[in-house]
Amino acid sequence: MSAQDQSLLTVQDLHVSFPGRGWRAQPKEVLKGINLDVRPGETLGLVGESGSGKTTIGRAILGLAPVASGSIRFDGEEIVHANPRRRRELARDIQVIFQDPYTSLNPSLTIGDTLSEPLLAQGLSRDEARSHVAELLTSVNLPADAADRLPREFSGGQRQRVAIARALAIKPRLIVCDEPVSALDLTTQRTVLDLLLKIQRETGVALLFISHDLAVVRAMSHRVAVIHRGLIVEFGQADVVTSDPTDPYTQRLLLAAPVPNPAKQRERRAELEKVRERERAMQAAAGAEAGR
Amino acid sequence: MTQLTPADVSSPNESAAPASAPPRSGVRAPLRNPLGMISIILLALVVLPAIFAPFLAPQSPELAELGRAFEGPQPGHLFGFDSAGRDVLSRIVFGARYTLGGAALALGVALVLGVPTGLLAGYYGKWFDSLSTWATNLIMSLPAMVVLLAARAILGPTVWVLMVIMGVLVAPSFFRLTRGIVANVRGELYVDAARVSGLPDWRIIGRHVLIVVRAPIIIQVALVAGVAIGLQAGLEFLGISSGSMPTWGAMLNEAFQNIQRAPMLLLWPGLALGITSSCLVLLAAALRDVLEDRGAEPVGASAVKAAVAPVSMAPDAPGRAGLLSVRDLKVAYTLPGGGDKEIVHGIDLDIAPGEVLGLVGESGSGKTQTAFAILGILPEGGRISAGSITINGQEVRGMPDAARRGLRGDVVAYVPQEPMSNLDPSFTIGSQLIEPIRYKLGLSRKDARAKAIDLLRLVEIADPERTMDLHPHEISGGMAQRVLIAGAMSCDPALLIADEPTTALDVTVQAEVLELLRKLQRDRGLGVLLVTHNLGVVADLCDTVAVMQHGVIVERGTVTDVFDHPQDPYTLKLMGAVLDGSETREAWHAPLEVAK
Repeated sequence: MSAQDQSLLTVQDLHVSFPGRGWRAQPKEVLKGINLDVRPGETLGLVGESGSGKTTIGRAILGLAPVASGSIRFDGEEIVHANPRRRRELARDIQVIFQDPYTSLNPSLTIGDTLSEPLLAQGLSRDEARSHVAELLTSVNLPADAADRLPREFSGGQRQRVAIARALAIKPRLIVCDEPVSALDLTTQRTVLDLLLKIQRETGVALLFISHDLAVVRAMSHRVAVIHRGLIVEFGQADVVTSDPTDPYTQRLLLAAPVPNPAKQRERRAELEKVRERERAMQAAAGAEAGR
Repeated sequence: MTQLTPADVSSPNESAAPASAPPRSGVRAPLRNPLGMISIILLALVVLPAIFAPFLAPQSPELAELGRAFEGPQPGHLFGFDSAGRDVLSRIVFGARYTLGGAALALGVALVLGVPTGLLAGYYGKWFDSLSTWATNLIMSLPAMVVLLAARAILGPTVWVLMVIMGVLVAPSFFRLTRGIVANVRGELYVDAARVSGLPDWRIIGRHVLIVVRAPIIIQVALVAGVAIGLQAGLEFLGISSGSMPTWGAMLNEAFQNIQRAPMLLLWPGLALGITSSCLVLLAAALRDVLEDRGAEPVGASAVKAAVAPVSMAPDAPGRAGLLSVRDLKVAYTLPGGGDKEIVHGIDLDIAPGEVLGLVGESGSGKTQTAFAILGILPEGGRISAGSITINGQEVRGMPDAARRGLRGDVVAYVPQEPMSNLDPSFTIGSQLIEPIRYKLGLSRKDARAKAIDLLRLVEIADPERTMDLHPHEISGGMAQRVLIAGAMSCDPALLIADEPTTALDVTVQAEVLELLRKLQRDRGLGVLLVTHNLGVVADLCDTVAVMQHGVIVERGTVTDVFDHPQDPYTLKLMGAVLDGSETREAWHAPLEVAK
């Protein structure tokens, strides 16, 4: 079997453009031909800085961003132009966890209402939904009586666990995690990541894990893709990409994140300076080339 | 209300959301508000008799006994008789039916027209939005009174028809309200999440959107009802109605014609109108308090801020560092219901000239409050409840505001977390730098501009002259942070307080800003208090570190000591949560039974 046949999700030459602002403005191309694939039960880490287009990839897969061209295949089926009805059916297979646990839960619905929403949408009865909600809460280590309470009674980490429970509710095969821990404190972040790992082991769900933090992605992913200005600049095994990258941008990204060890950090800083030096030299050479 | 406190649900390793949970609002919520209660009771006193008018009124409102015209109040006829000898009380009670009924009709029409169109326009946008907004603007540009007068001339003097037209005229207020709120909610992540959950649009609108629109519409209804009653009475008073119905406005009209003979006749319909309208407005205000300001804490008395306890410690106590020294600092907030909540429980900090101290902690640890207390910019309701802060050996606690202002900028400068929201979008970078320089240093405009350009060069901005003329939206976040650092350096301070200066930035930009801070610190011997949650940033920049948890400092020392040999359990836990250099996962292998 080739790698293509194994994959659950395949994105090929994906272009996304947003309309430009103003009269007759040029559309802004955010994704410029993205290729990636996610295999069943795998975590693919997607790292990039703000404006790189990493969130847009997730939204395009979920049908929330305007795809200009290219293909997104889920389980062999082309889903770029799925009609609204098919989209709703796809919800059974593809779910999402958003970055901000404070705005991704409706503040006026109880946790129980939020969690039973996808279940009811898939045609469960109210009673079935209620018992299922209790199970879900247990699976994300929240007390069962949380169902009757409102989001504001919970901390950020707890809310994010509710969001995870919502994504798990209808047993999807792929969850798009868009910066799921970047709004959380360090120690809380760790518990949420451990929970995601545990759930993946138990359910075999595949994760597209989008983050700006290379260290988090390294701990979570089997493979890592690095996105820079709408293009994937490096794609490979997690340990290779996150410890010995070949692309200069990835090198810079890796070395720029400070480590909590003064001696090591000093070494890193020196290395980063070297990489920058090299890039500047290359740019200067390219400039001289162009000038000639 | 049986509700668990947030503390009950939080697991030990997570800090619960600090917001105190107010009781959930229900139908009875307005009753707990005294103003709301009073207005509801008064409105009931008006509405209920109107409904049961045939049983309550002494006689038919049309029964005229000409012989008793203008007779005063008497048993059985409490308000007396009008010019045609009709019982005033009966006419008031029956009049409420037409007056309130008319207002209700107008409201109903306005709601039916305004709310669904507002929902559709806000949720789907596009051509329907443009079209309906255009129609709304058209209606709003019509003068209501003139339209009503014209309608009366064409369609005849029927109250109900006029009220329907008035409903159309006030519908735009509901349309605009609904459209605005819905368009906002449309962008919320939880609406996206619902779409991804596979919910059809009508269910999303029903569950997530309507619930947000509900409260503002209820408030608007109460307000518009008052306006509708007033407008209707105005029309009747001008005599623009059939005159056959006993409405309050018509009664006013009739009483006004006989104002010389029986001035008391004006009183009763006037009172009825006044009480009803003001009750509706008060009810609207009460509803707004109850439905909209949920969770918002009323601001405590601002007088607390001025109340500073006398300074107890001598500023030149031995063992205190020269640049900044904090001893036993306590910060407390006045709770809305009275009482205090202490959030910083007596901490000590010392920074020598040229030293960089990292204050590390997670959200809610009190690190930012400590920085604010040192700067003297604690938010409303907060105050230093005990302790001493010296900057350059000067005690700043209890210092007059003017002296304090002098200290800020000259000696202490501040770099905030969100660079973009700390620049005013409507002014150029140049004017935002020049203004404080002119004020603080008393330079001419030309000298201040030269100084600002020097500062931008100092923070390594490539083309300072061009940058001066840019607006904040034209520069990147990293550049904005450089501009703020430039501003902080303008008066050559000795101490820089930076509150999460790189948290909002990308890592590659963060590295550059840290490099800049390091250079400034080295070249100018700047002392820095760096407030951050990022242990890597501390390792990169700081000499010493203080770890803060729940308002106390649990561990302090040189960065090398604390990071290499953490002693406190909390520091150990923080270091343990760091993911840098952690093991990667074992290689992926195809699952044995692939789902399906």
